[in-house]
Amino acid sequence: MDSKTGDLARVGRSVCIKGELSGSEDLYVDGQVEGTLDLPGNGLTIGPNGHVHANVNAKTVVVHGKIEGNIRSSDRTELRKSAVATGDIFTQRISIEEGAFFKGRVEIQKAALGTQSASQPENKFAQKLEVGTPATQVPAASTVTSASSSGIGVPEKTPLTEIKKY
Amino acid sequence: MKLFRSSPSAEGQARKPAQPTQKVTRRSSGLAEVGRVLKSEQPLSILDIGATSAANIRYFTAMGHRIYSEDLLGASTDPQLAIQDEEGKPTLDSKRFLAENLVFNQAQFDVVLCWNLADYLDETLVKPVVGRLWSILKPGGALLAFFHTQEAGPDAICSRYHIVTPDSLEIQALDTQGDSRNSRGLTGFRLQRVFNNRHIENLFRDFASIKFFLSRDNIREVLVIR
Repeated sequence: MDSKTGDLARVGRSVCIKGELSGSEDLYVDGQVEGTLDLPGNGLTIGPNGHVHANVNAKTVVVHGKIEGNIRSSDRTELRKSAVATGDIFTQRISIEEGAFFKGRVEIQKAALGTQSASQPENKFAQKLEVGTPATQVPAASTVTSASSSGIGVPEKTPLTEIKKY
Repeated sequence: MKLFRSSPSAEGQARKPAQPTQKVTRRSSGLAEVGRVLKSEQPLSILDIGATSAANIRYFTAMGHRIYSEDLLGASTDPQLAIQDEEGKPTLDSKRFLAENLVFNQAQFDVVLCWNLADYLDETLVKPVVGRLWSILKPGGALLAFFHTQEAGPDAICSRYHIVTPDSLEIQALDTQGDSRNSRGLTGFRLQRVFNNRHIENLFRDFASIKFFLSRDNIREVLVIR
């Protein structure tokens, strides 16, 4: 970690960490982390420049950047509009902002997960629980990305192709 | 080949794209039919391959079901999928696409929500994707897909769908601007083709049954059962 302010540790955007990362204070990751991230009882924020390739266990997880791996949070998970998340999410509450990308499974769990390690298997006794954030505060997410060179999604007035037989 | 009939009111007028924030709620007969499956006491596995919707995640998790989200339309825009066919024409690598997406066990899902994916997905991917959906759907499982009618017109907006109640949907135009992966400033996806009923039946020919529901917004809701 390149700096620390108050109770918030910070991984700067030029920092790259590989291995197991654990702690008992809030962490802000704006760099790259690869391995496992274990912050039971504390919050993890992945900044806009952050790229986490790890299974994550924390009390709260807020994603602005990219994460590839499972998220396990004992309280809530937030995918902000710039988030790109690939992996399963096990949490009590979740909010996904418009513009966020998510690929994976969501399991809403009632039991506290804070004491579990990020590398442990999923809780087999998961129970259903309604997502806590009201609909007005949880705008639905858009997942559309830029068009590829193949021309998909290009909004120009190109003629439609003819129907092919299926 | 004329694929669309222009309505009198639309002639001579520039189409105004729907505002991304604009939402319309309407009844969905197809969703109501799916709802019968969702009343199961057992937790079901549901796959939503439309644009990620927090409302849908909330809806299904509140019912105790497992929800999987995978935005196939967004994934199909991956530049690395672009290849050239034998004639040198640009196309998409469907094998690679299926190697990276829809990677699930066979017969894993009870319900698959396709929404309007097929209308906007690249031609080379439609049939392979439907084949994969057939394999990951349980026998007796339901798949809900939406198809525009010709009356919708070539500028039909690609939407994302939020489940409001067991038989109603909130429809919102997709907006790719502001999207974290939209590096080209695109404003939306373009309708690739219009399927007629026979095409739809052929597309889902491997499935056991198919039901059509016509909605007021020039969308055919199609419920197929494996």
